[in-house]
Amino acid sequence: MSSEGGTAWVFGDNIDTDQLAPGGTLKSGIDVVASHCLGQVNPKFANDVRPGDYVVGGSNFGIGSSREQAAHALCHLGVSAVIAKSFGGIFYRNAFNFGLMALVCPDASAITHGERLTVDPEKGTVHNLTRNETYSCEAVPSHLVEIVRAGGLVPYLEANRR
Amino acid sequence: MGQTLAEKLIARAAGNDAVRPGDTVTVSIDLAMMHDSSGPRRFMPILERLGAKVWAPDKIVLVSDHWVPAVDPQSAQILDITRRWARENNIKAFYDMVGICHVVLPQGGHLKPGMFVVGGDSHSTTGGAFGCYMFGVGSTDMAGVLVTGETWLKVPESIKIEWTGKLRPGVCAKDINLALCAHMGLGGAEYRTVEYTGSLIAGLGMEERMTISNMAAELGAQAGLIAPDKTTCDWIKATGGDPGDPSPWQSDNDADYYAAHTFDADSLEPQVAAPHSPANAAPASEHKGVAIDQAYIGACTGAKLADLKMAAEVLDGRHVASNTRLLVAPASRQDMLQANSDGTLTKLMDAGAIMMPTGCGACAGFGGGVLAEEEVCISSTSRNFQGRMGAQSAKVYLGSPYSVAAAAVAGEIRDPREFLKGA
Repeated sequence: MSSEGGTAWVFGDNIDTDQLAPGGTLKSGIDVVASHCLGQVNPKFANDVRPGDYVVGGSNFGIGSSREQAAHALCHLGVSAVIAKSFGGIFYRNAFNFGLMALVCPDASAITHGERLTVDPEKGTVHNLTRNETYSCEAVPSHLVEIVRAGGLVPYLEANRR
Repeated sequence: MGQTLAEKLIARAAGNDAVRPGDTVTVSIDLAMMHDSSGPRRFMPILERLGAKVWAPDKIVLVSDHWVPAVDPQSAQILDITRRWARENNIKAFYDMVGICHVVLPQGGHLKPGMFVVGGDSHSTTGGAFGCYMFGVGSTDMAGVLVTGETWLKVPESIKIEWTGKLRPGVCAKDINLALCAHMGLGGAEYRTVEYTGSLIAGLGMEERMTISNMAAELGAQAGLIAPDKTTCDWIKATGGDPGDPSPWQSDNDADYYAAHTFDADSLEPQVAAPHSPANAAPASEHKGVAIDQAYIGACTGAKLADLKMAAEVLDGRHVASNTRLLVAPASRQDMLQANSDGTLTKLMDAGAIMMPTGCGACAGFGGGVLAEEEVCISSTSRNFQGRMGAQSAKVYLGSPYSVAAAAVAGEIRDPREFLKGA
């Protein structure tokens, strides 16, 4: 994560798994799924998002299907973390399994599209560099922090299995 | 302090006497259910990378239902990978193109009250209707289960949803679900567990209970439980399964709930949810006159035998409107066979229904029957997210099998009670 942070891509409430990973793309590999990620809401997102950027949502981010391509696509595009008021429960688990930090942030709506952010997952804070504001997030369970540190559940299991 | 049904089920799987909401626990998995889309094609590379074998092939139920029947080489490949993985891993409970996982699982006698089950699909909440703790996970979580036989969860708070009164003719479990979505909001349960109780739920048959638990997913619940009773046990016995003793799997009277809601079914009208959220539900009469291109009876939510019979009740002696098509994809081969032998299928086909293979079909846009740009559909499925059933500008309304059949006959949305005797 560079010191100047990443760009915030802001989306509204109820971003569902059909928007994150459209059903019509799911026969294909993750590159195709990712190229359609959130295209319905912001056609520029998949093309213009840069590694290290952040996705900011409202309530119920990732609600719907268990398809983990919803989280995988964001990871594939290099998104550093998703910051939202609340998450669909299955998406939340899937995100960590891919090493994608998901932060529950009651103040997520204070963030505007294009602002520069940094995130401290250990402290559970989001710093808005553009506004010089800091928002606190709900603590991430320690075993999930470990999974993210390992780079996801698979590398975690690799390291922890005999 | 007593325990809720959810807490008892989780405690048993965690090997603890009791658990409290907020505890993070590791649980042993009694059964893992997975399908062609989120299944072998996704987790096989992970198992190979870990050099791991499946912890217990006899605790796995694998169902090919999403990409069936194959329509192109890509979907054929997904089904081929699924079959090969089943063979190579000695998976005996493999159901290939004979129905939707959430329906095939109980029909195959695999569920028993008290079990802790994960499913590789969000509508895995359906298993809660049998007094199992069953919830949906992604493929990587499933890979973890396959390697270790365990998973983790944070014990959720429970929300009690009590229904009293009686459903009026033409009103069914699907209407209860849509009304709940409107009342609690999409995702309103915030990954807590909902427990459905009350005299009305106790009076429902298992298929209607499955419909109720199925759409706990749209409430955003981790699980949607119904305490097992005689109805549950009789149904399981009829499948050749052993229900065991249901008595441990009841909430204590002094259990602690995060919230409790009580609803009276006496005043419930048929519900229809407008695009693009199940939470946009309102009485069907408020959508009267919305012209329909396609009426769809399908999915684990809305194409079980009981659902097909509801549609047939409306369609009996009538015909689908000339500007509308009605597609029916039964939830399982067993449902289709029973509907065939009891005359239900004849009623549907005489009315002009187009019969489709059993499977997930158009529900998630994977199978046949998807929508063109600007088309309007009414569907007995569970989700009407934008673009889910086909083209981005298509509009999907959700309703009960009664409401879908009524719209097919009228060519527009109607209160289905206009077409039902005694309603």
